[in-house]
Amino acid sequence: MSSIDYEQKIPNNVDLKSDKKLQRALEKWLPDYVQWWKDMGPTDFNEKDVYLRTAVSVERDGWADFGYVKMPDYRWGIFLTPNEKDRVVGFGDHMGTDAWQQVPGEYRNMLRRIIVTQADTEPASVEQQRLLGHTAPSIYDMRNLFQVNVEEGRHLWAMVYLLHAFFGRDGREEADDLLERRSGNPDHPRILGTFNEPCTDWLSFFCFTTYTDRDGKFQLLSLAESGFDPLARSCRFMLTEEAHHMFVGQTGLGRVIERTCELVNEHDGRDVRELGGIPLETIQRYINFWCSSSNDLFGGEISSNASNYFASGIKGRAYEEKLDADHRALEGHYEMDVLENGRLSKEEIPLRNAMNELLRDEYVSDNEKGIIYFNKIVERLGVDFRFALPHRRFNRKVGMYSEGWFDLSGKLISETEWIERVHEWLPSTEERAYVQSLMKPCLEPGKIAGWIAPPAKGIDGKPFEYEYVKL
Amino acid sequence: MPATLAPAPAPVSFQTHPDRYRHWKLTFDGDLARLEMSVQPDGLNEGYELKLNSYDLGVDIELADAIQRVVFEHPEVRCVVLTGGLDRVFCAGANIHMLGASTHAFKVNFCKFTNETRLYIEDASKHSGKRFLAALNGTASGGGYELALACDKILLVDDRSSAVSFPELPLLGVLPGTGGLTRIADKRKIRRDRNDVFSSVAEGIKGKRAVQWDLVDRLAPLSRWDEAVAEMAAELAEEVPSEAKTGVALDAIGGDWDEDTLRYQYIELRLDRAARNAALELKLPADAGPKNGAEAHAAGSDWWVFRAFRELDDAVLRLRVNHPDIGLVTLRVVGDPGVVSATDALLATDEHWFVVEVRNQIRRVLKRYELSAKSLYAVADEGTAFVGSMLELALASDRIYLLNDADAPVQMGVTSANSGMYPMANGLSRLETRFLGDEAAVPRILEHRLDQGGALLDADTADELGLATFAPDELDWEDELRLAIEERASFSPDALTGMEANLRFAGPETMETKIFGRLSAWQNWIFQRPNAVGPNGALKCYGTPQRPDFNYDRT
Repeated sequence: MSSIDYEQKIPNNVDLKSDKKLQRALEKWLPDYVQWWKDMGPTDFNEKDVYLRTAVSVERDGWADFGYVKMPDYRWGIFLTPNEKDRVVGFGDHMGTDAWQQVPGEYRNMLRRIIVTQADTEPASVEQQRLLGHTAPSIYDMRNLFQVNVEEGRHLWAMVYLLHAFFGRDGREEADDLLERRSGNPDHPRILGTFNEPCTDWLSFFCFTTYTDRDGKFQLLSLAESGFDPLARSCRFMLTEEAHHMFVGQTGLGRVIERTCELVNEHDGRDVRELGGIPLETIQRYINFWCSSSNDLFGGEISSNASNYFASGIKGRAYEEKLDADHRALEGHYEMDVLENGRLSKEEIPLRNAMNELLRDEYVSDNEKGIIYFNKIVERLGVDFRFALPHRRFNRKVGMYSEGWFDLSGKLISETEWIERVHEWLPSTEERAYVQSLMKPCLEPGKIAGWIAPPAKGIDGKPFEYEYVKL
Repeated sequence: MPATLAPAPAPVSFQTHPDRYRHWKLTFDGDLARLEMSVQPDGLNEGYELKLNSYDLGVDIELADAIQRVVFEHPEVRCVVLTGGLDRVFCAGANIHMLGASTHAFKVNFCKFTNETRLYIEDASKHSGKRFLAALNGTASGGGYELALACDKILLVDDRSSAVSFPELPLLGVLPGTGGLTRIADKRKIRRDRNDVFSSVAEGIKGKRAVQWDLVDRLAPLSRWDEAVAEMAAELAEEVPSEAKTGVALDAIGGDWDEDTLRYQYIELRLDRAARNAALELKLPADAGPKNGAEAHAAGSDWWVFRAFRELDDAVLRLRVNHPDIGLVTLRVVGDPGVVSATDALLATDEHWFVVEVRNQIRRVLKRYELSAKSLYAVADEGTAFVGSMLELALASDRIYLLNDADAPVQMGVTSANSGMYPMANGLSRLETRFLGDEAAVPRILEHRLDQGGALLDADTADELGLATFAPDELDWEDELRLAIEERASFSPDALTGMEANLRFAGPETMETKIFGRLSAWQNWIFQRPNAVGPNGALKCYGTPQRPDFNYDRT
């Protein structure tokens, strides 16, 4: 029935060549996907050879196959970590029963919603970042951007595979809609707010890959525990790639900080802006913005959806399997600062209803480590500045803390105070314009823009000067 | 009154025979039949005593059987007299202690069955040339008067004490829910204020005022009682033509369990208890059999379509009452579509009384099927024959899944059976009800009538015509069906029942839809409320020294 050589075109370990249902679905979706990539991906670089990593198998040496490739020809594969024999549902009401190899009819809609929501973030970030190639500070960074982009594309594939393979016609329609929604589009925006925020400068990109992709990491960690085995196995494989995105973000921000510190040291007392650098205060405000926006992605603090997902065995806690805890989570409570009548007070929330908050706890603690890494750079370079993570209550648009005003330390403040001080905490229009003004391409191999330091080393053992993108 | 619910009752059988009746005596005299109620004290289950001709499900199963016997075995009968066999007692209605000791689900199914039986009396009057006379030889209260209301005429003994009454509201805190409130309003069309008064006076209304208010049609003194009954029965019989007809014996239809499979000749019902669903399959015979009314009459109980629908009726009743945990029924009709179209041609055109009665029977069974508190999915896959009368079964279902696979073609078909031969409770055909919003749809479908030169419909055409809910291809089929079935099983059974009951009967209201859709729904709500069934509720206190203690807040 097919005119496409799937094995060649699509590296996979899901026996695509003998799955007619999947072939039929992909046959229609694949051309639409390629078209979407051409329209909404890094359009102007589609003809360039990029030194990219491609996953060709789930073996140790298979997931990172390096070589030059034109992005539209990238081999977006479908990989699940290998089947774990006799895997059982590890938490919730179905704990101990065989993990589902098929979607249980009872949870079809719930699972589809979760998968679609996760899937929607993947193409969204490609759309958000589509113009960044034009202002890359180096071709090393440009290559990293494209690597992130193609892998977000592959993550979309992984989710679309689940929709196509397990959700019948509904799944195919949802997969089509994933290509219809557009980041920031007023008529058909992406599902989650953060994924409609413009990401047009590289400082935002590094923040995005640090904070928003880290949300992705924790969502994947919790779905990697899912009782729906194909979802769990897809997410486990995606996590290996997500780690690289956070590396790009974390080291990227670190290099901007490093460069600013160098400028401060070299030109003591001068405003780094005069020297083409980005002030540490500005970086802090960017962190405040992206971190708080990404905090929203975990959802409401007290959530019956989260409780249902957990009870149903669909979405666990991060590292659920390894947790030394009651995996049914029926008994315990979570002590939470609840905002009521303009006051914060401690309340005990049934554990299952606090699942979003538990996941956010893990996220916050991971972010703290990132801040320590930044501060070590500042400390090493002897600059008198320390970064801090904004409190989870700060600048929220989702959840109960969105009902009040909070400063960076999480203290409840008045709206007046918020209005007076918000420019201290979040980037101003002028500040954004300044950062944007620095975004000039620097594309000669071995060269780098003045606002960022070069990386400690290149990719795949290659030097920084390597021609990662043949322009 | 027992403090706890009676233990799980033994499975109820809906099959009986006049030789085995315990509570009724059915006798015949020319074109008159006499159906006399003398309820024995021990009922279907333990824990209550059937006093004063009060009834339980067992009593009503016999009544339903008797009506069927009169229609099929005694076509010569023109008038049926329903009367009480106990001295000065007609019928006291449903037994209160039985209701008090029953689960909610059982109560609801019991009321549904008794409502259907009352409607069958009216159905026989309207379609089968029978008249029914309620000869109230004593007080008819509650369900007793409701039974009388289902008859064409009501004769009440004028002994200065016997009355007709609805004591449900004042004494029991519930409703006259077996069509009572609907029939005084919509059948007898009594004034609203009088109905209001009548329904709140426990002792009821007797004598002249009962006639004045049109609660009964006529009075007769004790001394002239038998003559008066005979006169009125004769008058009623005269309303319908007299013809020489030979009856058809209703033989037993069997239905035996083999582990989780219930087998009849044409129907097979397989329970999947763990998944809480059942697969109902109707297997068509290889040959359509009778070609005209006389041949059908000669075949009698063995005419396949008659037997198949009687079996289906029995299977549906057993599912309802004995298997409340089964939530979803998937229905398949398998065999040669030609058998159905040939039989439909006979059913649609032959006016032999027996053919007409079989048609009536199919209509009633279809209604029983779609009135069941089960989710119904028709599954049209390879080998199925949803054609004509069998397509009605699909249309009576909540959803129709149709396999669209070129290698395993599935064909549907329409016949005259789909053009109003089996109207629903709302008075419309199932196609008209399905396409209320699209006037052109029904004629577009009926163009394909097999008995008018049309052809069977392939899956694409059937889907285009709107006959399928979903028509997945062979790749999606299994998953779509599995997911739809599993998902259904996970929903709240109460909400499903409510949703289905609301969606199944679009279109106009009739007395029937009001009984099942309005009266029953209110009754079932009241049945759940503490004012009726709480520890101090009226149903619980009835017959004890304790007075009910109501929460007086109006809802």
